[in-house]
Amino acid sequence: MNNNTDQKTLDSMHAEHGKTVGQPFCQDAKFSTRNVDVFYADNQAIYDVSLDMGKNEVIALIGPSGCGKSTYLRCLNRMNDTIDICKVTGQLLLDGQDIYAKDQDPVLLRARVGMVFQKPNPFPKSIYDNVAYGPRIHGLTSNKAELDDLVEESLIKAGLFKEVKDRLESPGTGLSGGQQQRLCIARTIAVQPEVILMDEPASALDPIATAIIEELISELRKNYTIVIVTHSMQQAARVSQRTAYFHLGKLIEVGETNQIFTNPAHDLTEKYITGRFG
Amino acid sequence: MNITQKVQKSLKKRYLKEKIFKSMGFISVAVAFLFLLILISDITIKALPAFVQTQIVLQVDLNEQDLGITQQSNVDEIRQVDFRRVIRAALKKQFPQVKKRKQKKDLYSLVSVGAEYQLRDLVLENREILGTTQKVTFIADDDVDALIKGVIDRNDEESGRRVKDFKLKLIETLEKNGQIEKNFNWQFFSSGDSREPELAGIKGAVLGSLYTLLVTLLMTFPVAVAAAIYLEEFAPKNRMVDFIEININNLAAVPSIVFGLLGLAVFINFFELPRSAPIVGGIVLSLMTLPTIIIASRSAIKAVPPSLREAALGLGASKMQTVFHHVFPAALPGILTGTIIGMAQALGETAPLLMIGMVAFIVDIPQSVTDPATVLPIQVYLWADSPERGFLEKTSAAILVLIAFLITMNAIAIYLRKKFEKKW
Repeated sequence: MNNNTDQKTLDSMHAEHGKTVGQPFCQDAKFSTRNVDVFYADNQAIYDVSLDMGKNEVIALIGPSGCGKSTYLRCLNRMNDTIDICKVTGQLLLDGQDIYAKDQDPVLLRARVGMVFQKPNPFPKSIYDNVAYGPRIHGLTSNKAELDDLVEESLIKAGLFKEVKDRLESPGTGLSGGQQQRLCIARTIAVQPEVILMDEPASALDPIATAIIEELISELRKNYTIVIVTHSMQQAARVSQRTAYFHLGKLIEVGETNQIFTNPAHDLTEKYITGRFG
Repeated sequence: MNITQKVQKSLKKRYLKEKIFKSMGFISVAVAFLFLLILISDITIKALPAFVQTQIVLQVDLNEQDLGITQQSNVDEIRQVDFRRVIRAALKKQFPQVKKRKQKKDLYSLVSVGAEYQLRDLVLENREILGTTQKVTFIADDDVDALIKGVIDRNDEESGRRVKDFKLKLIETLEKNGQIEKNFNWQFFSSGDSREPELAGIKGAVLGSLYTLLVTLLMTFPVAVAAAIYLEEFAPKNRMVDFIEININNLAAVPSIVFGLLGLAVFINFFELPRSAPIVGGIVLSLMTLPTIIIASRSAIKAVPPSLREAALGLGASKMQTVFHHVFPAALPGILTGTIIGMAQALGETAPLLMIGMVAFIVDIPQSVTDPATVLPIQVYLWADSPERGFLEKTSAAILVLIAFLITMNAIAIYLRKKFEKKW
């Protein structure tokens, strides 16, 4: 009974606060999205989300399961294109350019906006070939020596080089889970993207591997804009500068990470971060 | 009764069920294996005599004057010589007491009708034997062969015996002189079909099957894989594609003889491709095999984890690159499995090939895909249908060759599959 009333009050609060609380926009936006709606056939998954992502910023998207944060993330590199029934409306600008414009090539977009997935998914190839794949298909290097350097540099940036330098030709799938995920990050940064999207990158990893990945994210922030979806609020607090809270497909609150976790402005946010639902 | 007791009580029942299921599974495997064993050993036992050939050693006089040729004669001149006369002379010389016409006929029929060609080829290859007397080993007639192998029992009443007393006496004389030899039957593997069991070989059918399957593989594999990849990865999900999918599934269920009729009507009557040729057989079989490989390839492609596609797409690979760099290699072992099944089906197929004339009696060994040919299962059928007793063992031997062909083909495919799977 108590639960029921709780849910009802939440829903009514939700209806009242149709507008996002906090500061969804920023001065120096890399990505700026306005009034984004996403539909899966007739079901609406994302309602009217407007959010900016700044340069050299780590922004964390948090929220309960099924709140649409992953769907929103996948709009940013048009990964949703692969799903036939998925339809995206609204304005999504990368450096002021509409990424859903007719003349925007999704292949080119994905070269600029890299993605790291929830489950480590290295190719069933050698470690070297995993990292070299992106540069090869895009023709980023002109000879083998350059490619070798790029692979090494990417592995160093991903903090994996020391562990694998003697076995670059062994299969990428033979690494441990945490190493695989860092290999996927190395693979992503080898393409030299401008933005990296991370979909719960540490959810399948143990705490030690998670700590390494988090350190890596803080390091990568110097050169890239990072959007990270996470279920761990501690992780969001540790790695991000801004945090956006999603609920049932709506963007409820955006703000400085410190402020969100210490002094949330919206009741739903507070209820979520204090663990009353999720 | 507490929970532990309850669980313990139910455990007994559960383990019993498991035991019963396991033993039933074992029994089914054992029964299947037993039948296979019976089948193979029965065929092998019946086929073994076919690999041995009875031969008769005769002293032939290759007198240059009698033959009308010299060592310098050209091939055409030698080809025109009647070597049958030489062999008959040799037989007559050994059995001078044979005078009556009927008895002479018996005497001459001791050696195969192929003996004269055997002698001719020998002379063509070794001209220096002209003008000398040579010991030559000739293929015996199938009746002699059957008698020596014990298929015809010499102790039977003469009236019920295919080899009559007079001929039997001749054979026994030859045996006593050590003129009868049993050697490995190389002929079986080096010659084409024949009306004479002792001359019939499997090479024509083996090559016919090989050419037919080669055409089938070259036609089917690229088309089927391309169709599967297109349908699975590129085709829009609409009614048209659903319709095509239903049709592919239906095609797999069409009786094979219908494909034969189609081959006859379209390829032979309309396009006027040669009759009885492996090219037509191959095309017809590839129509039959296509749906099998398409269906298997599609499920293999479907089984490739989506995370692999996402990884490639996320790096900015185009759809084409994603499919050919990642999805296709990952699906290849499954595609090869489907191909093995399809090709094995095609190898054993008889009915559609009957319709396009591959059931004809063809003596020549096919040299290319457009030469008339027959295939192994049809050779089995043809020999099984022949009245001569000698073909009985040949039929079993042909089945063994067919099985060996199948095992070789599958072994190659499994080797290839293992090789691709090794790439993690």
